[in-house]
Amino acid sequence: MNPATTNTAMQEFWQNLRAAPRRIYETAFRSGKPVTDRTRSSFVFGNLFLHLHSVRTHLWSLRWSTTMGLGIASTAAFLITLVTGILLMFYYKPYPDVAYDSIKDIHFVVPTGRFMRNIHRWAANVMVVTVILHMARAFYTAAYRRPREFNWLIGLGLLITTLGLSFTGYLLPWDQLAYWAITIGANIAQSPREVTDAVGITEYFDPGGLQRLLLLGSDEVGSESLIRFYLLHVMILPLVLAALMGVHFWRIRKDGGLAKPEDADARLSGRERDTYPVFTEQPAKTYQLAAIVRGKTEVVNRGPENTVPSMPHLFYAELAVLMLTMLVCLALALVSDAPLKDIANPNIPENPAKAPWYFLGLQELVSFSAFMGGIGIPTIVIIGLGLIPYLDRERTGTGVWFGGPGGWKLVRQAVAYGLGACLAVEALVIRFGWLREWFPNVPQLIVTLINPATLITLLYGAYSVWLVKRYQSARAGALGLFTCFLCGFLVLTIIGTWFRGPNWVFYWSPSDWPRH
Amino acid sequence: MTLHPGPTRSRLDPEPVPRRDMLGLASLWSTALAMLFGMFGIARLPKAAVLSSPSKKFRVTLPETLGPGEVFMPAGRKVALFRDAEGVYAVSTVCTHLGCLVKQAEGGFECPCHGSKFSADGTVTKGPAPQPLPWLKVTAAGGAFTVDEGEMVPPGTKVNA
Repeated sequence: MNPATTNTAMQEFWQNLRAAPRRIYETAFRSGKPVTDRTRSSFVFGNLFLHLHSVRTHLWSLRWSTTMGLGIASTAAFLITLVTGILLMFYYKPYPDVAYDSIKDIHFVVPTGRFMRNIHRWAANVMVVTVILHMARAFYTAAYRRPREFNWLIGLGLLITTLGLSFTGYLLPWDQLAYWAITIGANIAQSPREVTDAVGITEYFDPGGLQRLLLLGSDEVGSESLIRFYLLHVMILPLVLAALMGVHFWRIRKDGGLAKPEDADARLSGRERDTYPVFTEQPAKTYQLAAIVRGKTEVVNRGPENTVPSMPHLFYAELAVLMLTMLVCLALALVSDAPLKDIANPNIPENPAKAPWYFLGLQELVSFSAFMGGIGIPTIVIIGLGLIPYLDRERTGTGVWFGGPGGWKLVRQAVAYGLGACLAVEALVIRFGWLREWFPNVPQLIVTLINPATLITLLYGAYSVWLVKRYQSARAGALGLFTCFLCGFLVLTIIGTWFRGPNWVFYWSPSDWPRH
Repeated sequence: MTLHPGPTRSRLDPEPVPRRDMLGLASLWSTALAMLFGMFGIARLPKAAVLSSPSKKFRVTLPETLGPGEVFMPAGRKVALFRDAEGVYAVSTVCTHLGCLVKQAEGGFECPCHGSKFSADGTVTKGPAPQPLPWLKVTAAGGAFTVDEGEMVPPGTKVNA
């Protein structure tokens, strides 16, 4: 063998070895640094994790007031719960005799365990808040309208899954709070019996009993229930949530980005200097990959004018929201510990037994009727929310805050009405009681049908119908109804959280609670 | 078997039910049906056939001093026992509203969770509870009594030792 050749081969080998780190980097990020519009574009569509975004983003979408970053904030909160949740799984044991102790271990022994649990708990709370606010944003800017109707439904699914995740997580510590809140929750699932019992068909048709049995895996809250809630919390619901999130994000892209007003470009006047025309002529085709397929996508029939590259404009904004969400969760986790009461005791109910705050509005309603408050009215609300984009087929006001007939003036009025009606009914009930106090022998079916919860719903519904007639617009009715329900949710949640004491009696302050 | 060729058709005048559609639809629907039956099996599993809860029957000896109008609540059980001239009876202490345990209160029971009130015989007097507290089966067992928390009896059923 020629020594010279060996030498060259060896040299080449060393050269390649030295270059290996750089080559690995280059092959991983093939488009190079995102410094030109071209490399910025390939930075987005060449990356699996980024390509759900479009390459360019409209300036309207980047305005703070368009979204307030709420969707990204809830995604960020989910990612935080995902990471901290997986960490908690290292030590948590889902069996009744050790679950409580393992949470205590996490709290007192595991390095950073208490901090992680606090972050997990606060991120879950932040997620619930941001998901609700995000829905309100999408509603008030009429972003659910064509072509985004279906994505509104997916969003509704995400809201329900988020609440489901919170509810199932609530049992896992196996303390008094958890045990009794879940007992109540499982019995709400069983509450269709209130109706089937009243009409006497429970023996043949018992959906309530079946729901409770499926949820608890037994006839009382025990080891079977804990493992079921654990499975739902760490596996089934996160998978559902992730799948729905994927569809949700994908649809944003396919529905032509975020909703914006018809005259968005005109409203942006003064900022066009940052952008330049990408297509000098109206594009004849859509940007669909399968351009050979006939028909158009829902994407606007315009060129992407008034857009800027998503990298860096959109991504840096998203990162900022992510960091802000993280900051909020960390700060809350530092100042406030996740609660852990005494170990679950099936013989002594917690008094008062309160669910997490976002379910206390519901708990206020179930204190009138288990079925109406826990299943009937929530079902009506969810169906109503789902129908909104299919009933409001109008075009005016899309992409504008409080857009549509009536506008901000109507919403202000609806806030006053929504708060007033709910407070009035609550005051009446707290002061004078309800049917059973007045007529002790009133049949249960009457109480189920006519109770404060259905009364509030009726008052809201009537107001909404009046608005539809007054403004001759479904959007006006929806604006009123949505606002009313938000206000009702707020009032009931506040009453349930701060003004209900032992035996669910009304107290002006917890300091008035009887000692026992 | 002979094939009888039908009238010749052009591409513009296709068969009424194209064979390819027929086969495609058949495979599609058979897949859907198979999936559906699979779902039945999957849905069957989480519905427990045997419940893991401990036995609901227990034996109890009433205190000698238990007089009419007084209540005896055995520890660890969800039952209130009474004794009067007509005999012994048991009332469940699980609230019929949302399953909290009722506590003894003036004139009967009250529920800590949503404020339902019951009289001593289980009748609802206040609050959201949709049903009266059920009476449970009691059998005399040689001076003591056996209570079955899983079996209801009509209110008014009393047992003598």
